[in-house]
Amino acid sequence: MTDPIIQMKDIEKHFGSVIALAGVSVDVFPGECHCLLGDNGAGKSTFIKTMSGVHKPTHGEILFERTPMHFADPRDAIAAGIATVHQHLAMIPLMSVSRNFFMGNEPQKRIAGFNFFDHDYANRVTMEEMRKMGINLRGPDQAVGTLSGGERQTVAIARAVHFGAKVLILDEPTSALGVRQTANVLATIDKVRKQGIAVVFITHNVRHAMAVGDRFTVLNRGQTLGTAERGAITPEELQDMMAGGQEMATLEGSLGGTV
Amino acid sequence: MADATQTDERIKEISPLRRALIRPELGGIVGTFAVFTLFALFAFDSGMFNSQGVLNWTIVSAQFMIIAVGACLLMISGEFDLSVGSMIGFAGMMIAVFGVVLGWPMWIAILITFAICSALGALNGWIVVRTGLPSFIVTLAFLFILRGFTIYIPQTVERKTIIGGIRDAAEGDWLAPFFGGKIGQPLFQWLGDMGIIGVFERGTRAGQPVVDGIPMLIVWAIVLIVFGHILLTRTRFGNWIFAAGGDAEAARNSGVPVNKVKILMFMFTAFCATVFAVCQVMEFGSAGADRGLLKEFEAIIAVVIGGALLTGGYGSVIGAALGALIFGVVQQGLFFAGVESSLFRVFLGVILLFAVILNTYIRRIITGER
Repeated sequence: MTDPIIQMKDIEKHFGSVIALAGVSVDVFPGECHCLLGDNGAGKSTFIKTMSGVHKPTHGEILFERTPMHFADPRDAIAAGIATVHQHLAMIPLMSVSRNFFMGNEPQKRIAGFNFFDHDYANRVTMEEMRKMGINLRGPDQAVGTLSGGERQTVAIARAVHFGAKVLILDEPTSALGVRQTANVLATIDKVRKQGIAVVFITHNVRHAMAVGDRFTVLNRGQTLGTAERGAITPEELQDMMAGGQEMATLEGSLGGTV
Repeated sequence: MADATQTDERIKEISPLRRALIRPELGGIVGTFAVFTLFALFAFDSGMFNSQGVLNWTIVSAQFMIIAVGACLLMISGEFDLSVGSMIGFAGMMIAVFGVVLGWPMWIAILITFAICSALGALNGWIVVRTGLPSFIVTLAFLFILRGFTIYIPQTVERKTIIGGIRDAAEGDWLAPFFGGKIGQPLFQWLGDMGIIGVFERGTRAGQPVVDGIPMLIVWAIVLIVFGHILLTRTRFGNWIFAAGGDAEAARNSGVPVNKVKILMFMFTAFCATVFAVCQVMEFGSAGADRGLLKEFEAIIAVVIGGALLTGGYGSVIGAALGALIFGVVQQGLFFAGVESSLFRVFLGVILLFAVILNTYIRRIITGER
């Protein structure tokens, strides 16, 4: 068994008098898709923000490749190889795909002592990477606004992978997408995982999690209810854990088991 | 490359017209053609297109261009500056106070004025970035603060609202000619000798060309446009300007230093206003408390005519420069054509409305909104 690339040990996060996370431990291994499930308010967002350097944990330890890490801000985490793809805030619709792809990491070439944006390189790489992910662009100057929601997520994932992410955190990438687009994003996750990148996939949709997940961790009210291997747990059990057990059981009865 | 990839059957071929439409400069290019055609038809014999006439509307356009470049980059980065006009008045007054009232060498007065005004621009930006308030409100406050000081200072120190004597104070200075001087005199003398441009017929200057050089104001306009265009389209920083205005949060997530970009753009806008002010006081030889009135709106209108979106993230320096050119040509052209000059404002309002509607439509095309 390989070593975990990132270990979150007994993470606690308090916001004033509110305990958002009360001791959560999760290990993520390279090449796995680790699904983080939980209902709204369970602490998923706080947890991944701690992992990506936005928040500092009140207690607990983050080990990245076996060494303790203290991220001062998200740029530290990005530099270490932890990339986050946010649900909405990933792409700028008015800008071209290639300008978006290299946003914050613009390639430069020197001409007469000045640094210029290397558009040729950016356009070439963008087209290549998009083709690998199965997206056909009209051209690298096509605006991101013309892409569908799933394609935008895919561009964001491709960008993170291109810039050397070792851990890819996907914050509810499928929650606003249609069936076909969701399938595309899930297929992208599978491609990324096969390249040996650890994927942390946050969702509250059990079916999406079951489709690609290797292991599943359920958060509820700031605590983890344990991590389960694929095959060791049924979707129904996951659903129940997310909702906190019994209330869901009664609800489900009245809805005829359709949720 | 396109044929190597399999094409998606749902992507319709877009027509060249539609592709041209999503260029931000389009409105400016069409407008420029329309304006020149119109005046060539109706005012060709009025002297608008001889050397003095051309210089006349070129200077007015160049003035608009200088402030439009700053306003354009700032607007693309997602902010406004309503204090440009007051900054022009304030900067001119600073030159007069340092150079004439205090009697410092003109180059020191100019450099200190640039430093003060850039710092004020940075303060504008810093307040906007730190408080998260709309730049509309913050710079509106500075519009009044700076204008107030511009009136208060000369009244307190000189008991008047116009300070003259700047041309005398600038005599022999090494830096002042970069703002008030002219270049290309030999070329214009030669053009005059060849009979291509008009020369004085009589008097002490007989034989000299009526237009004897290109004022530095025009050179500044061209330099700022070229600089702004290259910065925006060809550099990493330009990408950050687009990103900061397109979606500040997404840009931050990608590691773009959004606050730094915005503050620098506020400083650049103040720098452009100061360039305008220094050229103006060198030309007039005086600084007045009412200089630069309404310039902030004229700058913003030129930028919008040039295709920039008021909401940021999209626009072009070339477009803004064409917007300023349209502005200058129409303002002076109506004068040459003998049209009542108050109609210029009517024209301005109408073209602004058209430009904004066109821009909104273009935005829908780019982002695919329906």
